[in-house]
Amino acid sequence: MEITTVLWREFIFFKRRFFKITASALINPLLYLIAFGWGLGRDIQIEGATYMHFVIPGIIALTTMNTSFSAISTRINISKIHEKSFEFYLTSPVNMYLLTMGHVIAGALRGMYAAFLILIISCVFGIHIRINLAFILICFLNSFLFAAFGYGAALSIDSHYDMSRFTVYIMTPMSFLCGTFFSLDSLPFWAKTFINILPLTHASVSLRNIVINGQFNHTSIIILLIYSIAFYFFGAAMSYREMK
Amino acid sequence: MDLIEIVNVTKKFDNFTAVNNVNLKIKKGEFLGLLGPNGAGKTTIIKMLTGLLKPTEGEIYIDGRKMSRNNVEIKKRIGIVPQYTNLDKELTVYENLVFAAKLFRINKKQYSIKIKELLEFMELEEYKNRQVFKLSGGMQRRLMIAKALINEPDIIFLDEPTNGVDLNGRRRIWDIFKVMKTVGKTVIMTTHYIEEADYLCSMVCLINEGKIFKNDTPDNLKREQGRYTIEYFDNQNGQMVTKYRHFKSKEEALNHVPKIKNFHYTVRETTLEDVFYNLTSRKVV
Ligand SMILES: Nc1ncnc2c1ncn2[C@@H]1O[C@H](COP(=O)(O)OP(=O)(O)OP(=O)(O)O)[C@@H](O)[C@H]1O
Ligand SMILES: [Mg+2]
Repeated sequence: MEITTVLWREFIFFKRRFFKITASALINPLLYLIAFGWGLGRDIQIEGATYMHFVIPGIIALTTMNTSFSAISTRINISKIHEKSFEFYLTSPVNMYLLTMGHVIAGALRGMYAAFLILIISCVFGIHIRINLAFILICFLNSFLFAAFGYGAALSIDSHYDMSRFTVYIMTPMSFLCGTFFSLDSLPFWAKTFINILPLTHASVSLRNIVINGQFNHTSIIILLIYSIAFYFFGAAMSYREMK
Repeated sequence: MDLIEIVNVTKKFDNFTAVNNVNLKIKKGEFLGLLGPNGAGKTTIIKMLTGLLKPTEGEIYIDGRKMSRNNVEIKKRIGIVPQYTNLDKELTVYENLVFAAKLFRINKKQYSIKIKELLEFMELEEYKNRQVFKLSGGMQRRLMIAKALINEPDIIFLDEPTNGVDLNGRRRIWDIFKVMKTVGKTVIMTTHYIEEADYLCSMVCLINEGKIFKNDTPDNLKREQGRYTIEYFDNQNGQMVTKYRHFKSKEEALNHVPKIKNFHYTVRETTLEDVFYNLTSRKVV
């Protein structure tokens, strides 16, 4: 019940801002594609594929991460700190775990929508991307886990200004490091080991392998799932935090 | 039996004590006013009563059970109008109410009727499809009251409910509160409009610096102060100030009148505002 209520509410939000959301979700991937695709040229080969086929899965992983994270953290921040409407949840007889789930799914769907837009743009650019069920599942898990992280992060702070800490220290470094734009092969061992712990690495590497080879390492799914569960509980725990 | 019991409750924010060892019992059907200057601790008390804040020390019981954020059974029975707007600004008036109803698990058939009734009552019908951020402050306030009543609560917390509402709106809201009172709901209200408390409350608690220093019926408080008041304008160290004197009876007050050398005076019944003014200004000095 809480899940559908939150989804209903978020859908109204999405519907009312459909064009704004769509337009801003298109800008970043479009820039990446123009810069890396046209800019670097289509002829560059990397890991046995064109750079476009190499980079688009990375961009999808990156975009699902950023979109889910910021969509939900902005919403929660506004409703907690500015509108105070979050307070109403806390005083109504809701199950906080279901409420968390509703928000996280809503955030994940925003991420999925952004991924869908990238696939469409790629088609427009004449690049055919092979997707399958596993591809969709990985996109969803990646969106879900970062939505859950965004939910918990937004609830863990008392001032909107603190939000940038998460972006600066966590999200932006991951965007660049996790094998989104380049191959991890040439990195030193210690860096590779560290980067391999991060969820975005698993998402981008798996998506790329599906696109290029049609297969991927299945442990990545398990790792993404573990992150999803952990962040979900982090989010749920944060919703019990005292609001000041 | 007491419906709400606050036992030795203290709330500290870091080192600052906002509520200091408060004890209070509230009977079922009581209309209690929490009065006190800015920063007295009224909102903090209400937030603890509704489970938003946890007391640093002490306990709160509602209907014999300990209040906490997990107490879903009690939460179903309470309605809250917080001091600050808690509306979903992107949603319309109607959607806000539907959303609240859904969170309380009220089914569509029931909430359609209830919402219609509340919109009519709060005179919000013509705005029902307007997004909340486009409403005026007073209308938002009325919507908050409607939202707080969606689950037909029997315990209602009102934190400055009529703040910013115009005169007509306020009278209308008072009527709603009076209805609540007559049907036996328990109401805890804070307000800076003392005449509002005088008009509605069956009990008032005066709070300052996190402590309750008076807890009585408005009538008793007025009697204690003196039922009649002379209000006059007088010179005090070269400055003109309004002075108040209180008397047990009208005769006493009238006997005092010849002693007032000055311009303008009024003899009238003592109001709760006089009591409050007296007690809080004495506290401050
Ligand atoms: N989250 C918080 N952190 C630190 N101090 C706080 C916090 N909330 C309230 N206080 C302090 O606690 C005291 C009581 O605040 P409270 O909001 O309960 O006052 P109030 O009686 O409702 O006042 P007002 O009439 O202005 O609404 C104030 O001094 C306030 O500064
Ligand atoms: Mg207050």
